[in-house]
Amino acid sequence: MAEDRITDIGPPHYEQFLPPVIKANYGKWKYHEIPQPGVLKHVGESGDELYTVRCGAGRLLTTDYVREVCDIADKFCDGHVRWTSRNNIEFLTPKKENVEPLIAAIKAQGWPVGGTGHSVTSIVHTQGWIHCHTPAIDASGVVKAVMDDLFEYFGEHKLPAQVRISLACCLNMCGAVHCSDIAILGIHRTPPKIFHDKLRHVCEIPTTIASCPTGAIRPHPDKNIKSVVVNAERCMYCGNCYTMCPAMPLFDPEKGGVALLIGGKVSNAKHPPMFSRLGVPYLPNNPPRWPETCQAIRKILLAYANGANKWERVGEWITRIGWSRFFDICEIPFTFQHIDDYKWAYDTYNTSMHFKF
Amino acid sequence: MSDTPMLDQLETGPWPSFVKDLKRTAAKKPQVKDLLGQLERSYEEKITHWKHGGIVGVLGYGSGIIGRYSDLPDDFPGLEHFHTMRINQPSGWFYTTAALRMLCDIWDQYGSGVMNMHGSTGDIIFLGTTTDNLEPCFQALAQKGFDIGGSGSAMRSPSCCCGPSRCEWSCYDTMEACYDITQEFQFELHRPGFPYKFKFKFSGCPNDCVAAVARADCSVIGVWKDDIRIDAAAVKAYAGGELKPKGGGAHVDKLDIQKDVVDLCPTQCMSWDGNALKINNRECNHCMHCINLMPQALRPGTEKGATILLGSHAPILEGAQMSWVIVPFMEMEKPFDGLKELGANIMEWWTENGKNRERVGELILRLGMREFCLAVGLDPVPQSIKTPRCNPFFFWHPEDFEAEAEGKTYIKL
Repeated sequence: MAEDRITDIGPPHYEQFLPPVIKANYGKWKYHEIPQPGVLKHVGESGDELYTVRCGAGRLLTTDYVREVCDIADKFCDGHVRWTSRNNIEFLTPKKENVEPLIAAIKAQGWPVGGTGHSVTSIVHTQGWIHCHTPAIDASGVVKAVMDDLFEYFGEHKLPAQVRISLACCLNMCGAVHCSDIAILGIHRTPPKIFHDKLRHVCEIPTTIASCPTGAIRPHPDKNIKSVVVNAERCMYCGNCYTMCPAMPLFDPEKGGVALLIGGKVSNAKHPPMFSRLGVPYLPNNPPRWPETCQAIRKILLAYANGANKWERVGEWITRIGWSRFFDICEIPFTFQHIDDYKWAYDTYNTSMHFKF
Repeated sequence: MSDTPMLDQLETGPWPSFVKDLKRTAAKKPQVKDLLGQLERSYEEKITHWKHGGIVGVLGYGSGIIGRYSDLPDDFPGLEHFHTMRINQPSGWFYTTAALRMLCDIWDQYGSGVMNMHGSTGDIIFLGTTTDNLEPCFQALAQKGFDIGGSGSAMRSPSCCCGPSRCEWSCYDTMEACYDITQEFQFELHRPGFPYKFKFKFSGCPNDCVAAVARADCSVIGVWKDDIRIDAAAVKAYAGGELKPKGGGAHVDKLDIQKDVVDLCPTQCMSWDGNALKINNRECNHCMHCINLMPQALRPGTEKGATILLGSHAPILEGAQMSWVIVPFMEMEKPFDGLKELGANIMEWWTENGKNRERVGELILRLGMREFCLAVGLDPVPQSIKTPRCNPFFFWHPEDFEAEAEGKTYIKL
């Protein structure tokens, strides 16, 4: 192997990628404004100005797409661009006169401008059927369908506060969505099927047993059958056994689907960070546009927009009105699935007379 | 008739269409045509067609490449091997177009041209290449200054908000901290030796734009200790409606300082007499609400650093956790020695004691905060809890009796 092989250099230092106006004002920004949806104006102690135009994007894209981003950044931003923590693209320029032509160029590309302030910004999500081995649902397709449906909320500041939607295509949540205003979660609902004949040829039994986080897998009681059995009551459908053993698929095309978890946040403003809680336990897995999922999200979003006080996040609104009222307003029938019976369930039971009829 | 009638329905609508984008690339790259074909099959059958697995990687690393194989290789030969590469992103996800074009050229040469900007952990994700191409692609990237990110039971690529590069609220240099910590732990990032994954995320203020509290084992969140800086004239301009709340990002044009700011302060530490805003800073929880509403009038103080929180992870296995406070305030000046030392101590204790696939936050719950704090050299602090215990099952150790013999008491009388 070549001796000039390079390893362990880590990422390149960010400084080489910063626009000059950022280098000059690094750590010395004074305030910001949002002059219109999708546009940020940062002003330094020096009086320097930086304009950011935020452009919505999916996280799945191609080199062709990225080159188009580069073309726009070359033309209006001296070659400077960044991505946000929510897959948005941000074009950066100190030139105010570039803002309008930049927006026009982005829109001419068919890309949306927005995602600032009290909007629904881009949905962070996982891989789904494009590249993962355990998903219950697709990711990019559901996100595209939901953002098409909520498009009017991306480019305007008309909600009581910002609304952060996230998607994870199975409960392993490689995109941890457990603190989102609205979390879209792909769910399997049946234990893995076991193909005993195949299993003894393609799986190692001890590693398969060890892969189960709840200890639900044990050796097959019939010693002549070199396979395993699953205790269905302990299985929570994570698919970790399938990762180790392809003879144990847990996919059920008809029973798998979508759950919505509601009311989480990470910011500390007013209330401390909150977990998302189970809102809708099941919606059908219905490609290519998942209409039931889109309708349910729209219904919850509109109920929130209609009922929340100024500045209230979804979870703060629900905390104020109570979950029973939330279910009421959103016409969500209450089910056993809503009542926690996992590890810290007691923390979620109501031990007071504070409830509503 | 189209090969992908279901996916075609995602070409319409106002949000950017990944199907349109992939189709354009598919005209040049047969494996992307296969990718669309297999995805269409998943849409028809409502199941995935990827198999996990196989150990693939680049020389000397055990991390950063995820082996991926189609379970329909006969139908879609371009997907027989279609591995993922995680490329460690620069702090704050800033790029020049020259760097982006270079990344695109390399990925077009060695892979499918399909990517994520960015993956959940923060890396640039390259989706789809063959085993043979992994090492040459890695070395082509390394020649240009990019390295592979983390995966498996390793340190994952740390990530950060844009911090001081473009935010007036950042209480420390998130960009440099992220870069420096990533460099410090290169060995742990590339060579999995932990019980499970370990993530760092760096947010500059309690708004936590990178969701550090929910998505990082070690969450480093900026905070200030002194007084919120007030521009009294700007407060009046908000009261008068000349300045818009949230810089114009809200659904209303004018603030009611009493109702919108003072009454919603969680500690009730502010007052407004129609003329001047007063803050009892000692009682402030630094929640950011007032600052968020009036960015031209209020700013964090100048005695700044970070709070270190530990333990968050997604629901696997014990249920989702958020990180909790272990160090209320840490100075965050380069070279970040305090954080490096604490981080190394935490990883050492966890590696020694953690079970396979046990996150550090779960280990602490299993063994207790006392054992954790003693092992890594932290004192008990009230900021780390919401409430003290309500049960009488607290235990005493010989050290407690020794301390009492030396005069320790539990209330000053």
